[in-house]
Amino acid sequence: MFPSSFDYVRASSVSEAISILNNEEDAKLIAGGHSLLPLMKLRLANPSKLVDIGRISDLSYIEDRGDHVAIGALTRHHAIENSQVIKASVPMLSHVASLVGDPSVRHRGTLGGSVSHGDGASDLPAAILALDATLVITSGNGVREVEAKNFFKGFLETDLNQGEILTEIKVPKATGGWSYQKFNRRAQDWAIVGVAAVRNGSTKISLVNMASMPIRAEAVENALSGGASIDEAAALASEGIDPPSDLNASADYRRHLASVLVRRALAEANSN
Amino acid sequence: MTVTDSQTSHGILGTRTLRKEDPKLLSGEAKFTDDLVIPGALYMALLRSNVAHAKIVSIDTEAAKEAPGVVAVYTYDDLKDDWAGPMPCAWPVTPDMKNPNHFPLANGKVNYVGDGIAVVLANSKEQAIDALELISVEYDEIDPVLEIEDSAKDERVIHQDLGTNASFKWDLIPNKDGVDEAFAKAAFTVSERYIQQRIVPAAMEPRSIVVVPAPFGGDFTIYNTTQIPHILKIMLALTVGISESKIRVIAPSVGGGFGSKLDVYAEDVLTLALARKLRKPIRWTEERTENALATIHGRGQVQYIELAADASGKVTAVRVNILADMGAYLQLITPGIPLLGAFLYHGVYDVPNYSFSCTGYFTNKTPTDAYRGAGRPEATFAIERAMDALAHKMGISPIEIRRRNFIKKEQFPYSSAAGLVFDSGDYETNLDKAVGLLGIEEILAEKQRRIDSGSTKLLGLGMSFFVEMCGLAPSRVLASLNYGAGGWEAATVRILPTSKVQVVTGSAPHGQGHETAWAMIVADRLGIDINDIEVLHSDTAIAPHGLDTYGSRSLSVGGSAVHMATEKVLEKARSIAAHQLEVSEADLDYASGMFTVKGSPDKAFPLAGAAFEAFTAHNLPDGMEPNLEASVTWDPPNFTFPYGSHFAVVEIDTETGKVDLLRYLAVDDCGNRVNPLIIEGQVHGGLAQGIAQALFEEAAYDDRGNLITSTLADYLVPSAAEFPFFELDHTITPSPTNPLGVKGIGEAGAIASPPAIINAVVDALNHLGIEDVEMPASPQRVWRAINGAKKG
Ligand SMILES: Cc1cc2nc3c(=O)[nH]c(=O)nc-3n(C[C@H](O)[C@H](O)[C@H](O)COP(=O)(O)OP(=O)(O)OC[C@H]3O[C@@H](n4cnc5c(N)ncnc54)[C@H](O)[C@@H]3O)c2cc1C
Repeated sequence: MFPSSFDYVRASSVSEAISILNNEEDAKLIAGGHSLLPLMKLRLANPSKLVDIGRISDLSYIEDRGDHVAIGALTRHHAIENSQVIKASVPMLSHVASLVGDPSVRHRGTLGGSVSHGDGASDLPAAILALDATLVITSGNGVREVEAKNFFKGFLETDLNQGEILTEIKVPKATGGWSYQKFNRRAQDWAIVGVAAVRNGSTKISLVNMASMPIRAEAVENALSGGASIDEAAALASEGIDPPSDLNASADYRRHLASVLVRRALAEANSN
Repeated sequence: MTVTDSQTSHGILGTRTLRKEDPKLLSGEAKFTDDLVIPGALYMALLRSNVAHAKIVSIDTEAAKEAPGVVAVYTYDDLKDDWAGPMPCAWPVTPDMKNPNHFPLANGKVNYVGDGIAVVLANSKEQAIDALELISVEYDEIDPVLEIEDSAKDERVIHQDLGTNASFKWDLIPNKDGVDEAFAKAAFTVSERYIQQRIVPAAMEPRSIVVVPAPFGGDFTIYNTTQIPHILKIMLALTVGISESKIRVIAPSVGGGFGSKLDVYAEDVLTLALARKLRKPIRWTEERTENALATIHGRGQVQYIELAADASGKVTAVRVNILADMGAYLQLITPGIPLLGAFLYHGVYDVPNYSFSCTGYFTNKTPTDAYRGAGRPEATFAIERAMDALAHKMGISPIEIRRRNFIKKEQFPYSSAAGLVFDSGDYETNLDKAVGLLGIEEILAEKQRRIDSGSTKLLGLGMSFFVEMCGLAPSRVLASLNYGAGGWEAATVRILPTSKVQVVTGSAPHGQGHETAWAMIVADRLGIDINDIEVLHSDTAIAPHGLDTYGSRSLSVGGSAVHMATEKVLEKARSIAAHQLEVSEADLDYASGMFTVKGSPDKAFPLAGAAFEAFTAHNLPDGMEPNLEASVTWDPPNFTFPYGSHFAVVEIDTETGKVDLLRYLAVDDCGNRVNPLIIEGQVHGGLAQGIAQALFEEAAYDDRGNLITSTLADYLVPSAAEFPFFELDHTITPSPTNPLGVKGIGEAGAIASPPAIINAVVDALNHLGIEDVEMPASPQRVWRAINGAKKG
């Protein structure tokens, strides 16, 4: 398996990357390449040009900014997994990063790439959704910010437009209770169903692989704020949700798993 | 075997010697077929059918022919005169077996997703693959026949000219009346149906071929990642129509095969035929998805097994009926795979009455063929699951039912009702050892505690006790099964003038460590450093005679031949030494490279001296030929019958259905142990593959016959993270059938582990009323079983 032919340029700065994107409609950014290249190899994506931002080193950082942690879009999963700042301030994010794929994936894949790709089966987008992160987007017109819950739009579809680059992810500190439940068959696999729970004031729950994009389990969140017990709330895990079916899980089994995992996540988040 | 007084061991056999192969494999120095740099080669790519069953209305290759770098595009019609015969099937199991037309490219009709339609040759791999997208095929689709039991109904016949989907029916019913009577009189019977799902062998190195023609000499060097360089040479000579003496097959480093490289594929024929046609080197390397689609699958059976037992639980008859999935065509030994298990459905039990029937059916899926254990895992699964079912029915423990039925130590050599002679065994001792290591009481107590406390994490303990026939095989026995080759193996041992040793073997390793084990066999006898011994293999010009590596045969057949050749060479050296020392041969002792005269050890002559004398031939005994070399071709008198007890402890999350393997204990008996490190490696790999069949792997199709597990993201080959550390131990019961006293170990883990795992899963769920879970016991499947039982 290999992609159809394409051009390749390496951008040395964000502004250079933006100007190339603006000049070529079919050009696509490549960061770690670990979501884009598989699609290209299956020839499901056939960009005419790849703009490699993988070496823009000033987009790779983790900074404590008081009430939140700012993470450069090119920060690798491995760096997030091992960062003392993140372990201290957003421990769930470090844990989730440690569960992505295998070590080689974690050394290549970037947080910005994972979030921009917006895959409903991915761990990190769901994590930042439950963490109420804010996404910083840079384009020729300047910089804008979008809340994670307004960022994911549909199947591999986000709020990003051509010519825009996700440059930073701002994650509010979350040192209260949390849990991340990833259910899969092999350690290296994507989640069949995953659940992130964060207690930060109210309790936020997001779901992995229960829809075409990362989603919040709003029915659960509402029930909890209305005083429901964990069991009552967990029973609503897939309320209003139409999960996919595949070889590993039919929709009804996914619904069942979501309830079990939400219940476990809430129990764990309440106990730490 | 007679042990002469001259036979001494230097204590090397049985040691954990590090593998000589590994430094070059680990450093990347070892070369695999795709690593070879061959200037001027053309790259081949195949357009494959993306529908399971269709008539081909038209194929348009014009645009592909014009694509950049493309040298040629061919379909069946273009090449039909470029081969001498159809794709070979070397095991016509019955005289009336039906074998459909099968050529390297589809002739007007495609029969599975992956069937080759057209071939592109281009200057680069990328150009060849890009050009495939420019070929258009118009199909007239036919509903596919996908399930074996649907195929058996013959409502839709895949190969119309055969008139039926049944390829053959093969029976082994030595005593029908005895079987019927045993069932009529039985105090207990069980009647079970099991499914052996299809498995993708998924060798780490995919298939790869380079054919290099010598345009003026008219001969061909074939580099091929194969398990069977010798058999491939013969088959290609016949199929392509090239003199066998003009073909040299070299298998460079081979990254695993598991039976999938024990075959002759369309690409083997195409690369050779096209190298002849274009007089250019042709190369091809499989992509991972092609490996899933167009390399053979393993297993694929529906099994019916019935046991009759008397009031004490003694099994009096086994009756088996197998429906075996051939896939779309017969590959090299497809129809013979069920026969390799046909004699073993009574397992390790002394069963007087036996009946086995098997029918092979075509389906619109990838052809099946040998996969690690080939026929014997299927047999072991059926009998070991059925024994648990019988134990459950009688209310006795799985261990007890097995003890009551074991073939007893005193019964060996044991003549089975199915017609085999089991070489040696002491099953009780082996089981005692495993039970001792396991700590059964604690496991059972914990299991009960969890049930009593209403835990959602249930424990299950499962076992299997396996035996297999391996070390293929006595040639006359193979003849009685209509197998198209013998079962001998050849070896040459050559001591060079500088006293370094070359060992030439006809066995073709692809991960088994022959370079180490064979050197150990020679070093143990000669008392020299294993680093002074080179093992040459897998090149038909260097090792002209051989029957290659499969069926756990290498050590017991090929290793024995090496041992015998070493003995022969040593005898020649002894003659030379005796001549030099002017004593009789019987007066010489031999140890560590030195002949000494009995009683006067200062009178000595070194092996190295004998080697040099043999080379110069200045002063050899009268009539002796120069050179110190001996060859042996050995045909074993019987199979070997390794066995062992395997135990699995699983934990099942009843809320999700996920099965976690907590412990796995294997106590194997493979006779004498040449290198425990290699044995343990073989057991680890075999267990991983067998447990994978039980819990993870399945070649799954949708209802149009598309393989939906065609990448390694969807086809779940487990990693080390999914396994506990395997607990291994052993007993040693030497085989009397070969001079080393060894038995095979390559397939043991894959044979024994699937029933141990499923027995453990069922044990955990038994109190809920669950009596079977199909493989693979995926979380969804287990959850559904639990859910069904609750409602039930
Ligand atoms: C074998 C394997 C296993 C995996 N397992 C998991 C898993 O268990 N869980 C999981 O969550 N993920 C998994 N992944 C995906 C992995 O986490 C990817 O690395 C990640 O999703 C994408 O990051 P990337 O940097 O590689 O992005 P790329 O592949 O480079 O890019 C992905 C997409 O985002 C766009 N993009 C990239 N960066 C930016 C940016 N800064 N601004 C705007 N657009 C951008 C690209 O144009 C492209 O469309 C796995 C991947 C592989 C190959």
